[in-house]
Amino acid sequence: MTNTMQVSLVAADREVWSGEATVVNASTVEGEIGVMADHMPVLSVLAAGQVDVRTENDGHWVAAIDGGFLSVSNNHVKMICEHAEISFESNFDEAKRKLDAKVASEQ
Amino acid sequence: MKKITRAMELIAASRIIKAQQRAQQAAPYARELAKAVSAVATYSNVDHPLTTEPENPTRAAVLIVTSDRGLAGGYSSNALKEGERLNERLRSEGKTVSTYIAGRKGEAYYKFRQRPIVQAWTGFSDQPTYDDARQIGEALIEAFIAGTSADGEGGVDEVHLVYTQFKSMLVQDPVTVRMLPLEVVEGEEKPAADEVLPLYEFEPSAEQVLDELLPKYVDSRIFFALLQASASELAARQKAMKSATDNAEELIKKFTRIANQARQAGITQEISEIVGGVNALADATAGSE
Repeated sequence: MTNTMQVSLVAADREVWSGEATVVNASTVEGEIGVMADHMPVLSVLAAGQVDVRTENDGHWVAAIDGGFLSVSNNHVKMICEHAEISFESNFDEAKRKLDAKVASEQ
Repeated sequence: MKKITRAMELIAASRIIKAQQRAQQAAPYARELAKAVSAVATYSNVDHPLTTEPENPTRAAVLIVTSDRGLAGGYSSNALKEGERLNERLRSEGKTVSTYIAGRKGEAYYKFRQRPIVQAWTGFSDQPTYDDARQIGEALIEAFIAGTSADGEGGVDEVHLVYTQFKSMLVQDPVTVRMLPLEVVEGEEKPAADEVLPLYEFEPSAEQVLDELLPKYVDSRIFFALLQASASELAARQKAMKSATDNAEELIKKFTRIANQARQAGITQEISEIVGGVNALADATAGSE
């Protein structure tokens, strides 16, 4: 059994990130969800907010999203959002600013 | 002239690559949504208004995707023609048609013929964003939901979409798809035998997931159509501008030749006049001696 899983974060206009990760934390409309390797299949509705991912070799990033879906199956976590911005410095405020700017620029 | 059309050709050519990239980048989102939709549809017996076939469809909405600007050859008129064909078919099935338009060309076409447009969206045909698609999606879904309510006032029973599919740089075909009620996902690859669709746990519930999922799915299909249309528009424009450039080149060649001929004729005439004058002078002096 491995302790990593395939994670991808997909926005409407591009794939934001994909790779191996050990833990994914996100907030759904019902509350926080934490996913680790070999999680049971879940399909849930994500709330707008923060996604927190620990990657291999102690890497870490956060992303700001504006709601979407989280699906877990076959050790593969997919987060599908309309807009998502990522910060590799794990700085949520920075990601959030980028997200707001992007949403504003499209309207 | 030639320089202008040549410039437009090059601009269109460089934008096509961008448009194609955008279409490719949007593909993962559409694919994941489609997978999620089919997962929910397979493992729950939830009826959703967006997927339910109305018993007796009498009203249809048609969204035609055209361009904002001209000079793209037959691009917009081909899409409009396809729209006309669809209109006719729907009318022959006894349905009334309400028209939605994306792109200024289509809007102008309908306004000029004084036909009613329910709603038109313009200003993004060569670079559609996801929000454009969402606005269109919201309006169409609203109309469709109104159609499923008890009195069905102001609503529609079906939503069709006419857009131009980007097949290659040379071939762009106008196509018609029925958006709503949603059909089983087309072109979805079946999961391989060893990769059976897992039994999902739905949070908060299958109905709620579907509620969220389906409108997004509609939006993403519209987005996909808009992206295809924009790539097609640019390809059509590039082709049109290429032939305009070639024409301009030919014209320039022809006119240069005519101009040269005229100049040559002028010179010849001048020479013969001078020669004639000199001869006459020579004759006159010869006569007086």
